[in-house]
Amino acid sequence: MNAQGWRLALNALVLIVSLLLAWEALFAVVGSQAMTSPLATFRYLAQLLATPTFWDHVEETSRAFFFALAIAILSGLAIGFLLGAHRLSGDIFEPVLVSFYSIPKITLYPIILLAFGLSLPAKIAFGAIHGVVPIAIFTMTAVRNLNPILLKTARVLRLKPGKIIVSVLLPAALPEVFTGLRLGFALTLIGTLLGEMFGSQRGLGYLLMTAIGLQNVPLIMAITLLIVLFAASVSTVLIVVDHRLHRRMP
Amino acid sequence: MKLTRSVYYRFVLIGGFVLLLELLCRSGVIDRLTMQPPTDMVRDLVLLLISGKMNAAMLKTFVNVAVASGLAVIAGIALGVALHGWHAARQVLEPLFATYYAIPIYAFYPLLIIMFGLGDVPQVLTGFMLAVVAVIVNTLNGLDRVSRVLMKTARVYRLGPIATALKVTLPSAAPYLLTGVRLAVAYAFIGVIGAEFIMSRTGIGYEISFAYNNFDNRVMYPLILLILITSIALNAALSHWERVIARRRSRS
Repeated sequence: MNAQGWRLALNALVLIVSLLLAWEALFAVVGSQAMTSPLATFRYLAQLLATPTFWDHVEETSRAFFFALAIAILSGLAIGFLLGAHRLSGDIFEPVLVSFYSIPKITLYPIILLAFGLSLPAKIAFGAIHGVVPIAIFTMTAVRNLNPILLKTARVLRLKPGKIIVSVLLPAALPEVFTGLRLGFALTLIGTLLGEMFGSQRGLGYLLMTAIGLQNVPLIMAITLLIVLFAASVSTVLIVVDHRLHRRMP
Repeated sequence: MKLTRSVYYRFVLIGGFVLLLELLCRSGVIDRLTMQPPTDMVRDLVLLLISGKMNAAMLKTFVNVAVASGLAVIAGIALGVALHGWHAARQVLEPLFATYYAIPIYAFYPLLIIMFGLGDVPQVLTGFMLAVVAVIVNTLNGLDRVSRVLMKTARVYRLGPIATALKVTLPSAAPYLLTGVRLAVAYAFIGVIGAEFIMSRTGIGYEISFAYNNFDNRVMYPLILLILITSIALNAALSHWERVIARRRSRS
């Protein structure tokens, strides 16, 4: 590892230690009625992870999240490429996408439940509508800002449309598209969990909702910790890849 | 010219979509239990607003959103300015800001309820937590782009750190600060409504989930429409303001 790498690692370590200290301090202030200490939470989470029924919930959430993410990525890329390649459609729909990004999508949840029923598809749809927008917006911007020389070269070489997309457009737009995918990942996770908190009988979101009902503080803390750890670590990896991709581009 | 054409097409397409929805609902392809025809939604919304039944809930939600976004803007700009001056702390916090929006903030709402009870505080805090980091990041972004000539001029005039911030750096970073404000309002809205929806006793989010649980579509759809219209209008107004300021900046 080079000097910069060590400095980043040191910064991350300082951040994690200060977050844990802040948590411990908050615990000392509010007391064990409202929250559990870091150590107790990690222990409780370890216990949970050893229970088979807990894994059923994890599996259910993972399945919903996987399908939601796949739908969000595929439709986001398709929408983004179409709107990016066709200037007028892009101008027409860009404000629509941006507005959709800023609305509290949770209010649309009843409509999705009425349309899909209380089941896996509702969760998937809810996760997907959260994730699709950033992917579409970033892909659209990436395709729009492509260097026109690239397309001209592809045309001079008489590449077929499919070939142009795969070997010219996609690699050139990749860094920006990846940023969109990173944000899409995070939002799809949030959407899926929110979906589970309401119309669902299984999954981590459902477990969190029952824990709230029962005021089961250790369970709430442990699930929250698990979700935060998962989201933060995957997103850290994605950020590193993101920076690499951006640095590689001239 | 091109812009007006795209605006025209946008209205035609949205109008066509609403009309299609209306036809599908009226002809019974989409049944009344699933969705109300758009014209009914608008009529019911007007009736609901006139009846004043929702005034208390609306007031609650809008005040909470205003408090959450106001606090987030003040705290976010203050923290942004502080971190801009304190390089070591900024380097440590940078990864937190980068991963922050990957963390489902709603997951903390249950803890906030247990700590503060089922009042306004957990909802405002949820909105605040969702909004504040966007303001910090955009403030830092804006401060990074203040031209060095301006800073040198401030030093020539021997302005103190606070006077420099108020008279030079913050006005110069205004377009970025405004982006922060717009995101703060949007995120505070998302946070407060979401929190109300998950668990609360009042507010529009609560009224929507209450109506949903009672299959009361004639209340639910107008309220959803109200939220959508409000958040889209707020967002459009703020981004218009942002564009005006950015244009003025590029001219001068």
